[in-house]
Amino acid sequence: MKPLNRVRSRTAVLPFENIDTDRIIPARFLTTTERVGLGRHAFNDWRYAADGAPDPAFPLNAPEAKGCAILIAGRNFGCGSSREHAPWALLDYGIGAVISSEIADIFRSNALKNGLLAIVLPPDQHAELLAQPGIELDIDIAASTITLPDGRVFAFALDGFARHCLLNGIDQLGFLLDAEAAIGAFERRADPHRPSLENPA
Amino acid sequence: MSARTIIDKIWDAHQVRAETDATPGILYVDLHLIHEVTTPQAFAELRARGLGVRRPDRVLATLDHSTPTLPAAADGTRPYASPEAAHQVAQLEANCAEFGIALNGWDSPHRGIVHVIGPELGATQPGMTIVCGDSHTATHGAFGALAFGIGTTEVGHVLATQCLLQRKPRTFAIHLDGRLRPGVGAKDLILHVIGAIGVGGGTGHVIEYRGSAIEALSMEQRMTVCNMSIEAGARAGLIAPDETTFAYLQGRPRAPQGEAWTRAVAAWRELASDPGARYDREIRIDAAAIGPTISYGTHPGMVTPIGAPIPLARDAQEAKALDYMRFAGGRALTGEPVDVVFVGSCTNSRLSDLREAADVLRGRRVAAGVRMLVVPGSVAIKHAAEAEGLDAVFRAAGAEWRDAGCSMCIGMNGDIAEPGQLVVSTSNRNFEGRQGPGARTVLASPRVAATAAVAGRIADPDAVLEDAA
Repeated sequence: MKPLNRVRSRTAVLPFENIDTDRIIPARFLTTTERVGLGRHAFNDWRYAADGAPDPAFPLNAPEAKGCAILIAGRNFGCGSSREHAPWALLDYGIGAVISSEIADIFRSNALKNGLLAIVLPPDQHAELLAQPGIELDIDIAASTITLPDGRVFAFALDGFARHCLLNGIDQLGFLLDAEAAIGAFERRADPHRPSLENPA
Repeated sequence: MSARTIIDKIWDAHQVRAETDATPGILYVDLHLIHEVTTPQAFAELRARGLGVRRPDRVLATLDHSTPTLPAAADGTRPYASPEAAHQVAQLEANCAEFGIALNGWDSPHRGIVHVIGPELGATQPGMTIVCGDSHTATHGAFGALAFGIGTTEVGHVLATQCLLQRKPRTFAIHLDGRLRPGVGAKDLILHVIGAIGVGGGTGHVIEYRGSAIEALSMEQRMTVCNMSIEAGARAGLIAPDETTFAYLQGRPRAPQGEAWTRAVAAWRELASDPGARYDREIRIDAAAIGPTISYGTHPGMVTPIGAPIPLARDAQEAKALDYMRFAGGRALTGEPVDVVFVGSCTNSRLSDLREAADVLRGRRVAAGVRMLVVPGSVAIKHAAEAEGLDAVFRAAGAEWRDAGCSMCIGMNGDIAEPGQLVVSTSNRNFEGRQGPGARTVLASPRVAATAAVAGRIADPDAVLEDAA
């Protein structure tokens, strides 16, 4: 993962609530065995009309939404399936940050592990961003702040470990591999609450 | 030690390293379930880094999502939906062989939906931590296990280290007291709960379902309840193990046997939440007030008692959902013509679900113009259902009796509905396009789904089935 310390872009807005991961990447595209190349199917069934042409009614197809790397989405973004293909598709499409007033747990966890910022703001700040598509935002990860064009600053909460990993491009697997001695010791320790897993006969 | 919930107890028992402000905790995983869809990239990562699978004995692998539910041709060729689907299955077969994991594959009598076979084999046990690259992993919480869905990066973490980096979730007790009315089951109960707390109502929490209505449920019903915890945003939902749990598990192939069984049950009895244990959130729901419940919108929180007028759209979101569903607010859904009925999925594909559907279909016919698909959750369930003649009931009624898999719940294997078709489905998600582009989904219990099949329209089983009797 590449170190990431800033996302600066105009915003694109999807004002709908409960955008589920089936919307973000429909299940029929999950037969891939790769992480890359899913961007062309991001929001597939929303984005393309039945004839395969871009649907002008889909907000991200608007000319002014082209190249926007910050997505402002309605409440409870990323609900549903645990498919990591959802953040992969958004990143491949060119989104670097998603901002909502509520983001589903598994999506948020998956996003941060791939360098896709998933930011939760209080409802009033979120509503303000939803109402102003196309404004330029400057997201500073180290400071955990979003600077608006008028100079106002919205602070957001970001788990310290996730921030450290984003800023330094740290892959969390390395952290777990370094804990090998502790994991081995745990496995050897008897614990009545930890059932054994018998092998099938 | 102060009073602890079952969630605290399982969490504490699996802490390899406690969390600090600076770092999440390291949580040990007892059982890792894997399938073909969310693992190829994780195995590729292991390969790229020269890593092995740390505990292949703690991995339960099977094929379920991309697998056809129609039989192979005489020459052994399987009717995959696409070359990619076939490749994905072959990839898991190759990965399991390379990394020393036993795969419950095409030739195994244990193959099936991963959340169905774990319990069936007795691999799912109380007090365990269980993960899978699949959000319906919460199903295993029915046994008093802490079970949750993870992403593919985390699948790689567990394969390599048997651990996850996690911060402790908040706890949420949902008390369901009172007796469920006759004809009302676990599916009605959980749809009602999701409607009550909302699709994001459980975000950041693990739910413990408690109370007399929960204690009265069978293990299969408890699995239906816990399965849909994610539809309320909760990563996990669980139920404390009791005699019902132990009776279900005893003698299953991967359950402890003999002396080990006695010791295990003694330990499992200690898991229930202590009296006075504190939850971050608690609510109470009267189970006796729940009727047959169905969804009417495009997420599982938009639910209604079956005969009641559905709500008028309160905002643009709900108007958009009703528009997609082609339903009018203020009117009941009973009488809506149905195109497809699907009985299956990790929510409702177990033997009791199939019996519930068969009880409606016995001596009746699927209405003209309705396509009904019945898909057992596992090869073992398929055989058990055939042994008691359920397949004959379904076939005689005009339904399609298929091989085990996820099938039309997610439609990855080609089992999909046509654009605009209305599907009454025993699955878990009514998202736009979930069962095929443009398909409209109404979530329901097996009893309500089978009633829709014979009536050819959405109908209250209590009204229709009595009329016919």
